[in-house]
Amino acid sequence: MLTPVVDEDGAPFWGYAAQGELRVQTCADCAEPRFPPRPCCPHCQSFASEWRAVSGRGRVWSFVVPHPPLLPDYAELAPYNVIVVELADAPRIRLVGNLVTGPDAPLNSFPPERIRIGARVQVVFSSAGLPQWILERP
Amino acid sequence: MAVAPDTAGIRGVTGIKDATAIAGIGQTSFARQLTENERTLACRAILAALDDAGIAPAEVDALASYTMEETDEVEVAKALGLGDLTFFSKVGYGGGGSCATVAHLAAAIATGQATVGVAWRSRKRGSGPRPWRNTSVQLPTPAQWTRPFGLLRPSDEIAMLTRRHMHEYGTTRDHLFNVALACRNRANQNPDAIMYDRPLTREMYMTSRWISEPLCLFDNCLETDGALACVVVSAERARDCRRTPVYIHSAAQGLPAQHHGMVNYWNDDPLTGPAWTAARHLWKHADFTPDDVQVAQLYDAFTALIPLSLEGYGFCGRGEGGAFTEGGALESGGRLPINTGGGGLSEAYVHGFNLITEGVRQLRGTSTAQVPGAATCLVTAGEGVPTSALLLRS
Ligand SMILES: [Zn+2]
Repeated sequence: MLTPVVDEDGAPFWGYAAQGELRVQTCADCAEPRFPPRPCCPHCQSFASEWRAVSGRGRVWSFVVPHPPLLPDYAELAPYNVIVVELADAPRIRLVGNLVTGPDAPLNSFPPERIRIGARVQVVFSSAGLPQWILERP
Repeated sequence: MAVAPDTAGIRGVTGIKDATAIAGIGQTSFARQLTENERTLACRAILAALDDAGIAPAEVDALASYTMEETDEVEVAKALGLGDLTFFSKVGYGGGGSCATVAHLAAAIATGQATVGVAWRSRKRGSGPRPWRNTSVQLPTPAQWTRPFGLLRPSDEIAMLTRRHMHEYGTTRDHLFNVALACRNRANQNPDAIMYDRPLTREMYMTSRWISEPLCLFDNCLETDGALACVVVSAERARDCRRTPVYIHSAAQGLPAQHHGMVNYWNDDPLTGPAWTAARHLWKHADFTPDDVQVAQLYDAFTALIPLSLEGYGFCGRGEGGAFTEGGALESGGRLPINTGGGGLSEAYVHGFNLITEGVRQLRGTSTAQVPGAATCLVTAGEGVPTSALLLRS
């Protein structure tokens, strides 16, 4: 499976994720959250940022179900779901992820036909430090 | 003595409007697999375009291409015996750069930086490697936020926007089928198209295999080997060339504020992509409106890009792109015939350059699916990435 190739701006996100925390880069001057992480605030041009913890709750904004041809590791799991989650605490921050049945469950563990746009989801973390999503009320 | 203010004003305002024209087009054959390499194919297409214009290679002093093109300016100039080059440019973002190559040449020629420009695209995508398979180059930002979760291919990225468009606006698979069918029907009229002898039915579409739900096989463009080129000169020069000049009326690039490429989910409004930005500039500098466009060549790497483009370029309101495709609107004789050579879905997928040459054929009156008397044509580049567009007129 592919693992994130971390760049300097994104490193804190993955560092917090490895500790089981979902944090979003936020401008330390104007408090505007931004994603993906980058060096400068597009709203006020400040270079000061902090990493704010968010509740880890969100809603499914959209989803797809990839089928082969895919990279071999993914082809083995296909069809699987990929979702985009809109964070409850920061509605314009949308994270790509997978809806799974529990922490460390494979990307194809949740049946695609049961996914609905707007469904409430909650973050969990895999042992590899990847954020994953489960239904808030399974 | 000062230049008369109104003259200066007109020059300043009109910019490139009708100042240049496409005087020649050329291409190789299209196939899933061609034996010649990309450099050879590029040379053949460029020579064909120069021959079509009746211009000698030594007169070329400008080149424009787009990124992911393996044949560079030095190779082309050396191999073909071009003259001294005084302008060359390379436009980013793959298929988003197609129309911009012509726009860059038009700007260079209109401002006197060059006199004869050639734009080209040579690609072996049919027999070559698929970029998303190369895991070593695909993971810088923003891929770290998407690829590990299995969002691997352009098809997956566009499918995500498609599902959201369906959810918000009631766009259906039948709407996407209308797009695929219009392209296939035109390809069935075009002997050079890969799908010339392969009709498409609704049954075939609805029962085909998924690539990335909600996109199926027929929602995805072809994988093609081939090359194309076109020659841009001043409008004055074009009138002395072999062919009917096709004027570059308006041109634009578009990279919206806070855009994030194919995975535009981090933009405030992911369903208004680069088309909207390019369109605003395109229409501001044009003497006509979307109502006056008689035929369009819309970038169709995926069927779902067509509703987005119809909305972005102002042929319908936001969210109405799916419904616009109903009632044969995109077919010959419809409100807006599109991709009259078959497009990327059914003629060849050469990063959209065949849409430019087909636009030229329509305005010359030589298309295999000719719109009677067509005098205006919109050509667009890849939507979903920083893009570009051309308004052509005869
Ligand atoms: Zn700020």
